[in-house]
Amino acid sequence: MDYLIPILLFVGLGLLAGVLLTVFSRVFAVEQDERAVQIREVLPGANCGACGYAGCDAYAEVVAGGARTNACIPGGDAVSRKVSAIMGTAFEDVVEQAAAVRCNGSCGVTGTRFAYAGEMSCAACSRLYGGQGSCPSGCIGLGDCVKVCPFGAIAVKDGVAVVDRSRCTGCGLCAAACPKGLIEVFDATQKVEVLCSSVLPARATMAACKAGCIGCKKCERACPSGAIHVQNNHAAIDHSKCTGCGICAEGCPTHCIQIL
Amino acid sequence: MTEMLAILFSAILVDNFVLSKFMGICPFIGVSKKTSSAFGMSVAVTFVMVMSTLLTWPINAYILVPADGSHDYGYLRTLTFILVIALFVQLVEILIKKFLPPLYKALGIYLPLITTNCAVLGVTILNIDSGYDLGQSLVNALGAGLGFMVALLMFSGVRERIERADVPKMFKGVPAALVAAGIVAASFAGFGGLVENLFG
Repeated sequence: MDYLIPILLFVGLGLLAGVLLTVFSRVFAVEQDERAVQIREVLPGANCGACGYAGCDAYAEVVAGGARTNACIPGGDAVSRKVSAIMGTAFEDVVEQAAAVRCNGSCGVTGTRFAYAGEMSCAACSRLYGGQGSCPSGCIGLGDCVKVCPFGAIAVKDGVAVVDRSRCTGCGLCAAACPKGLIEVFDATQKVEVLCSSVLPARATMAACKAGCIGCKKCERACPSGAIHVQNNHAAIDHSKCTGCGICAEGCPTHCIQIL
Repeated sequence: MTEMLAILFSAILVDNFVLSKFMGICPFIGVSKKTSSAFGMSVAVTFVMVMSTLLTWPINAYILVPADGSHDYGYLRTLTFILVIALFVQLVEILIKKFLPPLYKALGIYLPLITTNCAVLGVTILNIDSGYDLGQSLVNALGAGLGFMVALLMFSGVRERIERADVPKMFKGVPAALVAAGIVAASFAGFGGLVENLFG
């Protein structure tokens, strides 16, 4: 008897616990849309927010509720295809996006105005007289964009952030993190971009950086499709007209127009 | 009343569960990286400590070791308490998930961590070993939870500073955190004798 009662007591307690848990999990079960769970599994899971929702979980729920299936830009067509298969709707193309840093002022072509020794972040540095670089609109190069990129697609090379197009998914987190607003996200099929954001007059741009856009209008004249216009001393490409022929890049005297 | 206050402050400062008794080190190191999650975790721990004391004290006093001395199953205490605490935490998790989704999102990830937390089991067993009645046990559990919160919040402040400091490479991360934990624990030794002199 000395052994029996404790054993029975414990078995009873265990059984009670098991029954209680089973009953509770049945009675108070939270109904979750099965499709939302499946969709969550096929999403990339980077929680980047490029779809416009708070993260992959949030997007999976709204898709199950009928939102469009092609909003996941990092996932691209492959994910869109899987999601529309789960939802049983027609497949829609994802407009793939990619980012580009509109500055190519590497260490060799531009200098610094002062030596910065504070917090190693672009946001902090740019608050100190607009950063240490001699060009007021140039890349600071302390890598705030590198820190936020969930895909490791951006790196600071020779003082300038450079996007690796093969890894970039176009989520736009880097564009939001750049205190200079240098990073643009556009249609991934577009390959030509002016890698300079300077709007200073030609002489001032030349003094600050040898690779800057001086607004000479050579590209504007060369472009066969009328996609480039110089405004505010700075060439800008209209991506809806650009055919990617690259004639402008060949003629650019400072080589700031590049084929990515 | 004075006795209750003495138990409460002794549990928070002098016999701090994390820094003097070295219980609950896993969440102490694991969840102290950010102040916000440290706060969520310690609220959940405090709640579970008080509620599981409320459950385990009667089980010990009326089932395992009844006052009439008919039997003594004290050796079943650890097993029974683990079972009861785990059951309770799971039930609470199911209920919160159903009725308070925002709270579940804030606490939910911490609740399973608490299920087998030694600080929770420790407080229930130490209550029995210290011979506390139900009221004293509850106050002690509350104090233990608050002490856990004090330790975690304080340490998360320390951790956030360590993250930004220029620590030698071999000490980066957990090693530096453990060294800092030792210093914080040593500073808590300064509270020794406080309660006896205040409430004694």
